[in-house]
Amino acid sequence: MEPLADRLAAGDILLADGATGTMLLERGLEPGQCPESVTLSHPELLVEVGRLYVEAGADIIETNTFGASPLRLAQHGLGDRTEELNREAVRAARKAAAERVYVAASCGPSGRLLKPYGDTDPQQVYDGFRLQMECLVAAGVDCVCVETMIDLAEAKLAIQAAKETSPTTPVMATMTFDATPRGFYTIMGVSVADAAAGLEDSGADVIGSNCGNGIESMIALAKELHRHSDLPLIIQPNAGLPETRDGKTVYNETPGFTAEKAVELITTGVSIIGGCCGTTPDHTAALRAVIGDLS
Amino acid sequence: MDQLAQIADGVIAGADEQVGELTRQAIQQGTPPKMILDDGLIAGMNVIGERFKAHEIFLPDVLMAAKAMYAGMNELKPLLIKEGIPSLGKVVIGTVRGDLHDIGKNLVGIMLKGAGYEVIDLGKDVAPEAMVRAAQEYDASVIGMSALLTTTMPAMSEVAEILQRERLNGRIKTIVGGAPVTEDFARDIGADAYGYDAANAVERVRSLIGNT
Repeated sequence: MEPLADRLAAGDILLADGATGTMLLERGLEPGQCPESVTLSHPELLVEVGRLYVEAGADIIETNTFGASPLRLAQHGLGDRTEELNREAVRAARKAAAERVYVAASCGPSGRLLKPYGDTDPQQVYDGFRLQMECLVAAGVDCVCVETMIDLAEAKLAIQAAKETSPTTPVMATMTFDATPRGFYTIMGVSVADAAAGLEDSGADVIGSNCGNGIESMIALAKELHRHSDLPLIIQPNAGLPETRDGKTVYNETPGFTAEKAVELITTGVSIIGGCCGTTPDHTAALRAVIGDLS
Repeated sequence: MDQLAQIADGVIAGADEQVGELTRQAIQQGTPPKMILDDGLIAGMNVIGERFKAHEIFLPDVLMAAKAMYAGMNELKPLLIKEGIPSLGKVVIGTVRGDLHDIGKNLVGIMLKGAGYEVIDLGKDVAPEAMVRAAQEYDASVIGMSALLTTTMPAMSEVAEILQRERLNGRIKTIVGGAPVTEDFARDIGADAYGYDAANAVERVRSLIGNT
């Protein structure tokens, strides 16, 4: 396979997969259960979900390692299993990818707040990310995806950990913004301008946003990111914001709606488009058709 | 500047050492503890709450202000207890069973304390039964529940059910919140209130307890 960096440099539009967590919940993951524990108990489910996205046309699938940094795993009493949880998640994703698509190593927040406003030493958070990155890179991934960050300082630590582990592995970094009356900010108060500059400074190769918004807000966000950075963009919207109906959680943005709006998102200049919470292989297939038409 | 206004400004600026020191000085000079609390610490947190609501400031600012408020509160607490000055009411809070997301719940706790309530924070992954028992043990009038995951929200209805079954509803009120929680959901499960953000949660608790 051509290296991911070359595809991005050539200006190709790539399709990332959709949600993993909500797909696992449909397959028996218990509410509140650590999603990463599935990697050891039911690795075949990860392969199944990964294959569904590959079949739907994804170019990139993510590993089930969003919460597999040791500090976060420790909240579930799994801190000492960091190595195998990351290694086995990569193995499952590679099996699903079957050398046909890229494997991106997912890395989410540590779940701790950094000093001075929180109680956790930044060095401790860095060390945790570093350990996770070493496990992921050793297991063989095509890129790293630092995602759903709300604190720029923590995002930087994760990017640095990835780059210091493997300078040649591309790093994508996304933050989650809320649409406030004063514009887009993360809950920690990071503006789009600060995020773009900070992520780029720390060495991210691709920057963007995931989660927290449906596709319409993401179009506005992508435009703003573009104004502040020349890096390739990655955008992974939710299938809308979750609503509860008859005690069940539903996401309202259908694959058709997503595809319709995706045209504008892609023409805004987004290099990688994918999905977050509530998106399914049907959303991926709908996006595949749009990208096919545009290129 | 007036000493109590200085305390309020210190809370707003998140200057914990300064607020601790100023509170000690005010106590030594004989300022009534209740006045230091209301016109200093709570006044400062009210400004923080308003600014947070208007998205002028963000979580880190609130957390720093809370640290400063606690620095003053630690000095005042023994005196408030000694003088038997009641809080506005007691609220048990927690993130529901199976859910480990506590940023929002902590924020609600901070805002409630900043508004003058006594908060019993049970932490995260709290079983429905444990919430009810804590409310009884501490004689709290409100249980506040938070969930970030759509999958853990049903635990909220269990609390409402236990209260109803044991005929404690009415005496112990419930308020729910968290990203996926809605007013409709709150009504469906029979919760007494829904807070769409931390500031709103305080307003709702205020009307639940009846000290408007």
